[in-house]
Amino acid sequence: MAIVEVRALTKHFDGDVHAVEAVDLATTDGEFLVLLGPSGCGKTTLLRMIAGLEEPTAGDVLIGGNSMAGLPPRARRIAMVFQSYALYPHKTVLQNIVFPLKAAGMAPDERRRQAQWAADLLGIGHLLDRKPRHLSGGERQRAALARALVREPSVFLLDEPLSNLDAKLRATARDDLKLFQRRVGTTTVYVTHDQVEAMGMGDRIVVMDKGRVRQVGTPGDVYRHPADTFVATFLGSPPMNLVRRDDVVVGFRPESFLPKGVADAGAEALTVSFHVHRVEYLGSERHVIGTVEGLGEETRVIAMLPATVSVDVPVERSHEFVVAAGDLRFFDVGSGLRTERQRL
Amino acid sequence: MDLSDTTEVEVARRAARRRRTGARVALYGLVLAFTGMAAFPFVWATITAFKRNQDLYNRANNPFVFNLDPTLEHVDLLLSGTAFPTFARNTLLVGVLVVAITLALSLPAAYSLARLDMPWGGAMGIAIFFVYLIPPSLLFISLSRVVATLRLQDSVWALVVLYPTITVPVSVWLLMGFFKTIPREIEEQATIDGYSRFGAFARILVPLAFPGIVAVVVFAFTLSASEFIYALAFVARTSEKTISIGVPTELVRGDVFFWQSLQAATVMVAVPIALVFNLFLERFITGFTMGAVKG
Repeated sequence: MAIVEVRALTKHFDGDVHAVEAVDLATTDGEFLVLLGPSGCGKTTLLRMIAGLEEPTAGDVLIGGNSMAGLPPRARRIAMVFQSYALYPHKTVLQNIVFPLKAAGMAPDERRRQAQWAADLLGIGHLLDRKPRHLSGGERQRAALARALVREPSVFLLDEPLSNLDAKLRATARDDLKLFQRRVGTTTVYVTHDQVEAMGMGDRIVVMDKGRVRQVGTPGDVYRHPADTFVATFLGSPPMNLVRRDDVVVGFRPESFLPKGVADAGAEALTVSFHVHRVEYLGSERHVIGTVEGLGEETRVIAMLPATVSVDVPVERSHEFVVAAGDLRFFDVGSGLRTERQRL
Repeated sequence: MDLSDTTEVEVARRAARRRRTGARVALYGLVLAFTGMAAFPFVWATITAFKRNQDLYNRANNPFVFNLDPTLEHVDLLLSGTAFPTFARNTLLVGVLVVAITLALSLPAAYSLARLDMPWGGAMGIAIFFVYLIPPSLLFISLSRVVATLRLQDSVWALVVLYPTITVPVSVWLLMGFFKTIPREIEEQATIDGYSRFGAFARILVPLAFPGIVAVVVFAFTLSASEFIYALAFVARTSEKTISIGVPTELVRGDVFFWQSLQAATVMVAVPIALVFNLFLERFITGFTMGAVKG
C-alpha cells in the first residue's frame, strides 16, 4: 500500500503542447482515485508520468513519500493495465502472468503458485494455457489484471481498462473491478473519459480539462457542487442546464427541473415559464426539451422527468416549472467559477 | 428473382453451387500450374544429374526421362574430382558468419531507428538505404583497396567482411518494418513488469519480430551462397572458394561444360536450403502479433 502524490507536475510536448499543467494531487492509502476528463485533457499523460513512462517537464511524483525522479518504471513497484491490455501475444496466459515474477527473480514453483492464485482470484484459472488471441475481450482484461496483481504492487495504474469491452460486459466488469480493488485494498489511479465509470467506481474523482485539474471530490461532491461550468456540463447526462442572467450564470440539473405541483419545492422555489419544443420518451424517464423565458437569456434547457411523474406535457405550449432554491447553482460569467448564491 | 417462387430459389441455389465448384477447380488448377512451374527446373536438374553422356548429348532423346540407365559417375566427379566439399564448407562458414554479423548489427540499428525517435533517425535510415543502392559491380573496385589494406585478398574472410555491406542495409529496413508493427505499449508493459529497455528488447521485441529475423537469416544466407562478383574478384585460391564461384570455375573447363555435375551441385545446394526454410515457413507466414492489442 502506498500514497501517490504529484507536486506541480507539468508536461509539455515539443515546447508548446501543454499536456499537463502544474497538477497537485494526493491519494489516500488504498483509495480508488479516478482521473476523469474528455480525450486530450492530459489524464493519460499524468498517469504515464506516475508510471515513469514519461519524463515530467517539471514537478515531482512521490510514491510512499519518496520522490520517484530518475527512477525507471521497473523500480517504482507499480502495476499498470493499458487500454489495449498489452498482453504478450507470443506467451500463454500463464507465461504472461509470471513474466513480472521472473523479472523479480522468484523461484519457478513459487511463480507458478502465485500465478495460479492471481488467476483464480480473477476467475481465469482454467485459461492459463491459452494464448491471448484465443481469449475474449473480458478474459484478456482479466489476464492483464492478473498480471498486474501477481507481484503485489504498491499502486495500480489503470488506463481505460474497460473501454474495449461491449456495453453489457462493461457493467459487470466495472462491478468486478471495484470489488476486486476493495478486496486487495491497493491504492489505484484509474483513468477514464466515461463519467458513469468514474461516478460508479471512484472514491474520489479528479475532473481534468486542458491539462489542469478543475475539481477534486467525491462523486456526490463533483455532481452536486461543481466547481465551475466545465464540471457542471461535463458530468451528468443530460448535463446541467446553464442560463445566463446579467453577470451570473444560473445552473440547475435536469432532474431538479420539474412541473409545478409535482413535488413540494419549498417556499423559496424558483418558478419559470418553460416553452416545450419536444418530449423524448426513454422508458425510465422523459426528457422535456424547450426554452426558459423570463429567467435570463432565452436558453435551450432540458427537464428530466422520472417515469413516476405522469403529468402530461403538451408540446409547443408554455408550462410552469420549478426548481427548489437548494438546487440552484451560480457561476461567474467571466471565469465560469462557482460564486455566492444569489436571490432571483 | 421472386423469392416466394420455390423452383426459382432452387434454381438459384444450384447455380450458386456450380459457381463454387467452378471456383474451387480453377483455384486448384492454378496452384498446380504454379507448383509445376516452380518445381520443374529442380526436377529437370535432378534427372540430368544422373544421366549418362550418351543419353544427354543425343538430340533424339527425350531430355526429361532416362533413355539409358542412370549413373552416379557425375555426382562422384563433383564430390571427389573437384573441391566441392571444401566449397560447401566455405559457403557454410561464410553464410553462418554473415548471418551472425548481419543480425548483430541490424537488430539494434533497426530497433533504434524504429523506436528511439532520435532527431537524425529519419535521415540516417535513408542514408543506410542509399548504401544498398550502389551496385556491387561498381563497388568492388574501391573495395579491392579495402581488402588489400586488411590483407584479406584470396581469403574467405574477405567475403565475411564484405557481404554484410549488402545484407545489413536491407535487413535494417526489413526489421524496422517489423518493429514498427509491434505496439509500443507491449514494450512499455515489459518495462513496468520489471525489465530494462534492453530486457524488454531481448525478451519481448526479438521474439515478436521472429518472422522478420527468419526473413533476414534466409536473405543473408542465400545471398552469401549465391553472390558471384565479390567472390570472383577477391578469391582465386581453390581452397578458399565458395560454391557460387568454385563450381562454375571448376566444372566449366574451357568450353567444356560438365552439365551433369553442375546440375548435381545446384540440387545439392538448393534442397537443404529449401528444407531449412520449410521448417520456419509456418512462423514466417503467421501473423504473429495478432491478438496482441485488441480484436
